[in-house]
Amino acid sequence: MSAITTDAAASDLAAEIDNLAGFRPRLRVRDLSVAFQTTGGLRPIVQDVSFDLYPGQCVAIVGESGSGKSVTARTVVGLTGRGARVSAGELSLHGRDVSGLSDRQWQGIRGKEVGFILQDALVSLDPLRPVGAEIAESLRLHGWGDAAARSTKVIELLTSVGVPKPELRARQRPDQLSGGLRQRALIASALALAPDVVIADEPTTALDVTVQAQVLELLEESKRRGASIILISHDLSVVAQLADHILVMKDGRVVEQGAAADLLAAPREAYTRALIAAVPSEDTRGGSLSPAGAALLEAAPPAREVHDEVVLSARDVVKHFRSSDGSVTTAVDSVSFDLHRGETLGIVGESGSGKSTTGRIALALEQADAGTVTLLGQPWSSLPEPRRRALRSRISVVSQDPLSSFDPRWNVERILVDALQRGVFPSASARAERIRELLDQVGLPHAVLRRFPLRLSGGQRQRIAIARALAEAPDIIVLDEAVSALDVTIQAQILDLLVVLQRQHGLSYLFISHDLGVIAHLSHRVLVMKDGVVVESGTPDDIFHRPQEPYTRELIASIPVFDPRPAQEQNA
Amino acid sequence: MTATIAPAAPRPTASARLLQLPWDLFAALTATAVFALAALWPALLATQGPFAMDLANTLAPPSSAHWFGTDESGRDLYSRVIYGTAASLGVGIGAAVVSLTLAVILGSLAALGNRPTAAAVGWLLEVAFAFPALLLSLLLIAVLGPSILTLILAVGIGTAPGYARMVRGQILSARGAPYVEAAVALGHSRGRILRQHILPNSLRPLVAVFALSIGQSIVWASSLSFLGLGIAPPAPEWGALLDAGRGYITVAGWLTVIPGLVIVLLALTTTTLGRHLQSILEKGEK
Repeated sequence: MSAITTDAAASDLAAEIDNLAGFRPRLRVRDLSVAFQTTGGLRPIVQDVSFDLYPGQCVAIVGESGSGKSVTARTVVGLTGRGARVSAGELSLHGRDVSGLSDRQWQGIRGKEVGFILQDALVSLDPLRPVGAEIAESLRLHGWGDAAARSTKVIELLTSVGVPKPELRARQRPDQLSGGLRQRALIASALALAPDVVIADEPTTALDVTVQAQVLELLEESKRRGASIILISHDLSVVAQLADHILVMKDGRVVEQGAAADLLAAPREAYTRALIAAVPSEDTRGGSLSPAGAALLEAAPPAREVHDEVVLSARDVVKHFRSSDGSVTTAVDSVSFDLHRGETLGIVGESGSGKSTTGRIALALEQADAGTVTLLGQPWSSLPEPRRRALRSRISVVSQDPLSSFDPRWNVERILVDALQRGVFPSASARAERIRELLDQVGLPHAVLRRFPLRLSGGQRQRIAIARALAEAPDIIVLDEAVSALDVTIQAQILDLLVVLQRQHGLSYLFISHDLGVIAHLSHRVLVMKDGVVVESGTPDDIFHRPQEPYTRELIASIPVFDPRPAQEQNA
Repeated sequence: MTATIAPAAPRPTASARLLQLPWDLFAALTATAVFALAALWPALLATQGPFAMDLANTLAPPSSAHWFGTDESGRDLYSRVIYGTAASLGVGIGAAVVSLTLAVILGSLAALGNRPTAAAVGWLLEVAFAFPALLLSLLLIAVLGPSILTLILAVGIGTAPGYARMVRGQILSARGAPYVEAAVALGHSRGRILRQHILPNSLRPLVAVFALSIGQSIVWASSLSFLGLGIAPPAPEWGALLDAGRGYITVAGWLTVIPGLVIVLLALTTTTLGRHLQSILEKGEK
């Protein structure tokens, strides 16, 4: 920017020109560091972060959990929290130093000059208050208009974020709205006073892909109107849609930053490259997503042909649920599929599509109202549970939240030993040997045996869950959103591990996910579900390139375009 | 920013660790030791026998000779309180055992029984819970006649429905836990899942509840004794002491105030222990 520093008048003039041209940053952050006081002393969370946020621009902060991205964003709006030590070379909003502001002063700024959109609208909105009142509240706090004007404005705002029937929705409480509507209401309340800086912390993480596309469109729209956005996300494909400038954070430090197009196309740092390479998509199929996975895949036996043998077969499965008010919903409606040996059958759909219920029926954890499921050519769904037990070792499960699937009183050793059949491993030494073998297979050190799952990381827990699923050498594993809660690099490792295990053991996967990229990466065949019905099925190639049904097309069109071609080439 | 790093502290010795305890836990542990000693070996703490009369020295206020004063027959109140510990504590523990045993049986039936059983037990619990515990106790005493055993049963049965409902809730929530489903998916039998997962996870919180319920039972038993329905005088049970002092409340208030305070102290002690036990168990889960 301006290099004129000798003449005060000239400098003022330069500043004026900058301002007119929109070149003066709305938010300027220099050497921001945040540390938290813990029992073990002062712990640095964010170190030396610098960036500028210009009008009509989006700065994205990308990183995995614990990278300090959220703390950075919260700190620039004075929401760091208790026990935090903030220091910064410069922290200015609209040219005003805001580093020493009191909570009260911040309250005047937040909402009016800075809007804040959080990840989970259900938690962020008052559960007992109609969303309209919630939005009007932020207007009232900043003394905007009178009550009548505010309620008109609320309807206007809800309309502007694409909420249908805004008069009705304004009177409803958050729990009466769908996830997408809730998130839009939250965005409406953040944008109520047209703040020119918007901070969006994982705004689409909990949303279905079609809703995500709508939310991104809204943010894009407010950017076009001149708002500056700080977007915090772990999802590079979301970031690629919106960001003009990207900061990649790891362990509290900025690893790399630069213009979005340059950074995604030609990342300089190994970590950024790994982050980009870890994003699963149709193009990554057959390849590795993580650096460690590459070596594993190399060592693993080559991909086998999918056998003709059908290991799991569902025919016209129907499941109804009766809710407490007596209404009946059809969760699964005449679903049929065959899962072959060594095959990954991906079931993709949005929340409420019946994909999880289908998985639970396949596992015979849920009884279908009609239709049959056969396992290895034998009756399965029709058997009473005691007779099913003998076959249970052939099919196992890995769920989204491994922690809750472990008895909280048990350590890893107990969890794994419990999964072994006494008949197959009669002696304690045989069992001890087997669980160590399982840990080797999932790439965990033996020291983990003494630990409790609560003390392990998300990736480690998921590896334990996979080890448990492998314990009885099953033919089939049902994976229900098994990687959805993981960071992208951890997700990449787990996906690589799943591919390796499949090749080693000839496993068949029923892989249930809302994430089209993951499905595309892993599946040999894909079922697309909507409202309990299989809308379309086929190879990933068919589904992703030649979708026949309108819904599938809509779904595919909603996938954020992420095409860091050069990064792929570097990785290959 | 400078971070100060504390030098590694030497391993604290046993006595140092004892001093690091929260003060309320320390006090509760001390009080427990005193109560236990009084219950098991009262002669060690008492200054004289519980029934030794001194008719020349009746209704004497607390003094260095009689720390808690004397009653209408000149009996030393301090010694009577000490000798009454065994009965009061016994009733408290006994009633807690009866109460929680019933609660576990009924609560398990209501949660795990077949449909008619669960419905019947559930209904019984709702009715019993709505029925005032005091009335239930009075009914039992009326039928069985006042004795220490009746007192234990009356208090135990009277407080059981509340705990039974808690047990039922615990079991229902453990039964719906994802780890139970994971065990089903592993092909484990119902009995094994019940034994390995559901019962341990749902009954563990009862350890703390047990300690809490001792204090509550003592208060209950004392109320019944105070009504003249518990242990008959001149036995030095605390509730009975309260009752006996009632006639002299205007001239010798200490006869009611001091046993009352001791009951409060014991209830506080077990409650404090129970709360700490609870928080230790909850921490153990993390």
